[in-house]
Amino acid sequence: MTAVREPVARPEEARARRRQPLLSRRRLPYVLIAPAILFELLIHVIPLLSGVGISFLGLTQFFIRNWTQAPFAGLGNYRRALDFGGPIGEGLLHSFLITAAFTVIVVALAWGMGMLAAQLVNSEFRGQRWFRTLFLVPYAAPVYVSVIAWSFLLDRDNGALNKLLGDLHLIGDEPPFWLIGTNAFWAIVMTTVWRLWPFAFLMILAGMQSIPKELYEAAEVDGASPWRRWRHITLPLLRPVTGVLMIILFLWTFNEFNTAYVLFGPAPPSSADLLSLHIYVNSFVNLNFGLGSAMSVLLLVFLLLVTVVYIRVFRVGSDRLAA
Amino acid sequence: MSFPSRIIRASAAGALAAVVFAVAACGGDDSSSESSGKLKGATINYWASNQGATIDQDNQVISEAAARFKKETGVTVKHKVIPWSDLFTNITTATTSGKGPDVLNIGNTWSATLQATGAFVPFEGDDLKAVGGKEKFLQTSFAASGAPGEEPTSVPLYGLSYGLFYNKKLFKEAGLQPPKTWSEFVDTAKQLTKDTDGDGKPDQWGFAMEGGSITENAHFAFILGRQNGGELFDGNKPTFDTPEIVQGVSDYVNLIGRDKVADPGNAQYADGTRTANQFAKGKTGMFIYQNNAENNLKAAGMEKSAYGVAEVPVKDGSDTPIMTHVAGINLSVFANTKKKAAALEWVKFLTSPEEQVQLNQSFGSLPVVKQAQSDPAFATPNLKTFNGILAENAEPMPLIPEEGQMETFIGEALKGLISDSATKGAVSDAEVEAALKSANEKMAAASGG
Repeated sequence: MTAVREPVARPEEARARRRQPLLSRRRLPYVLIAPAILFELLIHVIPLLSGVGISFLGLTQFFIRNWTQAPFAGLGNYRRALDFGGPIGEGLLHSFLITAAFTVIVVALAWGMGMLAAQLVNSEFRGQRWFRTLFLVPYAAPVYVSVIAWSFLLDRDNGALNKLLGDLHLIGDEPPFWLIGTNAFWAIVMTTVWRLWPFAFLMILAGMQSIPKELYEAAEVDGASPWRRWRHITLPLLRPVTGVLMIILFLWTFNEFNTAYVLFGPAPPSSADLLSLHIYVNSFVNLNFGLGSAMSVLLLVFLLLVTVVYIRVFRVGSDRLAA
Repeated sequence: MSFPSRIIRASAAGALAAVVFAVAACGGDDSSSESSGKLKGATINYWASNQGATIDQDNQVISEAAARFKKETGVTVKHKVIPWSDLFTNITTATTSGKGPDVLNIGNTWSATLQATGAFVPFEGDDLKAVGGKEKFLQTSFAASGAPGEEPTSVPLYGLSYGLFYNKKLFKEAGLQPPKTWSEFVDTAKQLTKDTDGDGKPDQWGFAMEGGSITENAHFAFILGRQNGGELFDGNKPTFDTPEIVQGVSDYVNLIGRDKVADPGNAQYADGTRTANQFAKGKTGMFIYQNNAENNLKAAGMEKSAYGVAEVPVKDGSDTPIMTHVAGINLSVFANTKKKAAALEWVKFLTSPEEQVQLNQSFGSLPVVKQAQSDPAFATPNLKTFNGILAENAEPMPLIPEEGQMETFIGEALKGLISDSATKGAVSDAEVEAALKSANEKMAAASGG
């Protein structure tokens, strides 16, 4: 916004006139942001703080009707959650490691598929718009509907996946299980990647469309191969988008709950015991909300640390990133 | 960035006002309070569990009962049928928030767990009288309505019991009789397991199980462990890994991997209908299930004459021939209800002899009140068998506050073992013991804090 200075104004007048809008300009952001802060407090901060409070309580089934009666547990819940030699800590650590592996694989695959599809759709060809719409279907479909459909596909006896693998002679007489045992890990990876990659695709495509075409043309004239053009133009210029995309995908995947819950219910196989579900089981199935909250706080601290370090290292959101 | 303090104050005040508003809105009650004896015009909310073959069937049966109740008392009952898999969570969520229905169904094995939350009205004194008193109920069913020595917070509604379903045609073809002991059972199952289409793989199985179901698994650990003389708890101390329980669990999970009499695919069955469907299609000769499976068999198109029900096989030489836990559905009244008199009236109505006949007949369950039991509707050979098992060979699952957690830990352990049995073959006793030991440790840790 630029202020047009009147040509014949005296310096004092001009200063006074300028001060007026400046003051309200200082207030304006706060006024505008106030509703957001209010709802942020209501929806996120207050529940979060009460969650932190609960983590210090022995809030078990005996007290869920009257939270205020729950005894103070101090750091007891944290101690049990972090005692990796005990059954509760051991379970939490196992769940954390599974979730970490799951997140790395899902984020990598979702980004890779998103990049491939964006590259495809960004070039001119007939029916390009159809593909663009088609790629967004998994993202537009309601989570529960699509995951329930996946659970049918992954059924051992009647599922389409085993039928396909059988027809291709990739499996023998005994079809594998996908929803129990070790394969359950791959079942949840597949389902989550399928659900998440269109988001990566959308973000990357938006980023690609802002890259000037001249750069590619110049590179082509200089004889750069498609690979070199991708490696030296697309990838560096997508860095701001990739920086934000990665952290969002990381946070979503690490906190993934719906897919695991719909596929496995409250008792997932050990290979697919994702952290959010693990915490849910401790809270709502085993009715120990204190312990579940302590685990949630630990998860929050971990995610916060990763996010802060990531933003610092990759300077996400800062201007220098684009340079 | 630092915000001017007045803005923070203003935002905080706004947030507080919004919270107060939200809480006030939640706390509101849209109906006027009632006085007992003047129930007409009241509306109560009721959560029903899924007892029929489909939720639609439940809706129909409950709507009809509600219409009869309205005619009799003028009270409107708004009901919601909640699938079994969601019921426990819905109840605990309602307990936590204080916003729930007036009357609800609970699995009777949860009675002590939910009793400990204090969320339900205890049935004592006038409140017990208001629903017709303790004496009208069958004592076996009434035993599973809360922890021993405490006032019950639920009363029985539907009686359920395990029994052995067998396919009459397949038994006749193979010249078999329903087995009585565990070794006869395994032997019979082996004879029924066949390759009928000549592709070298069995496609007809002796037995079917819901290997992915936490609750079914926990029940079998209890029943078979008890047959060996084991107990899941010694007072408050979990004893899941005693040799008796290990043996019972090993016998069960190895029906797939070692005895090869159940389809490995059973390891992922969890929804309560798949074993019945497999049985109805003649793909399996036997399955052990609760009496409401008769509904699922009917829905799957199997005629009642095509199958029989026998007593659950008992471990050879057992001194404790337990064939079922005291299974069933109970009724509770939420302590937060503003319409307690109407709620109690609905409980009384549902447990009246006439309604007991109607409801249990519709759902294939057993009446829980003495007067309804003698109704000819329940004199069919199958229901007589179930009734006999429930009267003579039943014990309640441990009535402890941690029953819910117990089912989860044991059920999970068995699910893992059955999964191993299906994918890797026979599971050794040492592996069973290790899994149960781990469940035991988790249970001890969970109840310790």
